[in-house]
Amino acid sequence: MLKEMLSLLEKNARIEVTDLAALLNTDEKTINDQIKECEEKNIIAGYHTIVNWENANTEIVKAMIAVSSTPERDKGYDHIAEIIANYPEVNSLYLVSGRTEFILIINGSTMREIADFVAHRLAPIEGINTTETMFILKEYKIMGEIMDKENGKPERLLMTL
Amino acid sequence: MMIFDELINIQVKEMAPSGIRKFFDIASSKKGVISLGVGEPDFITPYHIREAAMHAINTGKTFYTANKGLLELRQEICNYYLRRFNLSYNPNNECMITVGGSEAIDIVLRAILNEGDEVILPTPSYVAYAPIIQLSKGKVVEVTMTEENGFKLKKDQLKKAISDKTKAIVINFPSNPTGGIMEYDDYLEIADLIKENNILVISDEIYAELTYDKKHVSIANIEQLKENTIIINGFSKAYSMTGYRVGYILAEKPLIEMFNKIHQYTIMCASTPSQFAAIEAAKNGDKDIEEMYLSFKQRRNYIVKELNRIGLRTHLPEGAFYVFPSIKSTNMTSNEFCETLLDKENLALVPGSAFGADGEGYVRISYAYSLEEIKQAIERLERFLKSL
Ligand SMILES: Cc1ncc(COP(=O)(O)O)c(C=O)c1O
Repeated sequence: MLKEMLSLLEKNARIEVTDLAALLNTDEKTINDQIKECEEKNIIAGYHTIVNWENANTEIVKAMIAVSSTPERDKGYDHIAEIIANYPEVNSLYLVSGRTEFILIINGSTMREIADFVAHRLAPIEGINTTETMFILKEYKIMGEIMDKENGKPERLLMTL
Repeated sequence: MMIFDELINIQVKEMAPSGIRKFFDIASSKKGVISLGVGEPDFITPYHIREAAMHAINTGKTFYTANKGLLELRQEICNYYLRRFNLSYNPNNECMITVGGSEAIDIVLRAILNEGDEVILPTPSYVAYAPIIQLSKGKVVEVTMTEENGFKLKKDQLKKAISDKTKAIVINFPSNPTGGIMEYDDYLEIADLIKENNILVISDEIYAELTYDKKHVSIANIEQLKENTIIINGFSKAYSMTGYRVGYILAEKPLIEMFNKIHQYTIMCASTPSQFAAIEAAKNGDKDIEEMYLSFKQRRNYIVKELNRIGLRTHLPEGAFYVFPSIKSTNMTSNEFCETLLDKENLALVPGSAFGADGEGYVRISYAYSLEEIKQAIERLERFLKSL
């Protein structure tokens, strides 16, 4: 049931506790306890809203940055990752396989702001060798949500056999 | 002016229009109607399946197929039945593709019935069986499945319905409209009766994948009954592919040959792009089934809880995506109930009487709707019940 509850919350962070209880055939107390426990254990790491900024007529700039770095003795990549992750501009950070070590996604209000961040904050970090900044030109899908949704669902008949 | 009435076949003239059709017409003429009346899933067909249909069209795979359908599709269906229900059929001669389960129902009944043959029909039942039996000049012998028995088919009732004219029985578990299922032991109870009387079993398993907390069992899983059984199934409900129109029949070779005789002249073959989509579904769709199953199960839990809360006693159905609550406490017929509800609250449900006389006193509520739609409908239904 925990997995089912988490999947429902992952799809809709605003789902109500009463609804979760009814859907999962249990009571509200059980759901509340489980959510609390998940929050405490950091199984639920946060609740966010997927904002389509373009539709809000608000300019925001996002970039994906590939970072190559050298691991530190004993600590591997974790120490560098911690330094990078602490910058509030960094929205997501991943250690990946492939040509570079890290992929990070950063948000800013202008291209200049992002360029400055890379030049003055990111690139100088000890252990970082190169960075490659890819500005995001258009967002098609974020966390499972298609950004440019067509109007509504296809229609079904009112009643069928 | 021609007098068309005189020109029409008597069976067709006597065929009653579906009770659902009548409500559909009223509901369609009104504005702001919310309906919990559809018998199809609400998911858009999974993308990889849609893509397979598009690919077939793009690459010109749009010629007629073999009458029985693409061999690859029949192979995938037979693999699927073995994988999921532990039943083995030969794709070459024990499987054929039809235009939905609907065509399968039609050709199976036409192929087996002679005038006066009796077909046992456990009711409440899906609306298509009785009219098609009558069209083939067969006689419908109804057997009541009661709420007390979980809308299962029981031995003593079946026994009473069997005569020397009994040719077949049509069963549909999980059931539209009741959501009832039959388990292995339930089938075992009636197995000897069917075997001894040499009865064909038409088993419409279109909701097989929507069996909650238990595994679907086919009557063909009873070993001695496999040869008696004609399985009808399709892609509409399991993969949310209603508009593709692909179904199939699994049965012994001599039967398939006869069904295919009608099919080759009336249909030729099912839609080719749809058959390619169905291959993709049968081959790679188990995960889609899983997701939809879970979502339906959650909505079932939700609606049953809510219906009981607002005062409509509803048992937890074990299959399909319908609940079938009793409305007897309102002292209305199911037709009155649904008509008044539609009139007062703009909420469309299907009266139980549309599924045979045994459905009187019940309504069919489909939960193949979003949670928001279900909530709105419950609100209207609650207000309506309070106003009575
Ligand atoms: C019990 C049952 N059988 C068969 C069908 C026919 O479905 P299709 O022709 O789409 O396969 C339906 C559709 O509602 C049904 O509910």
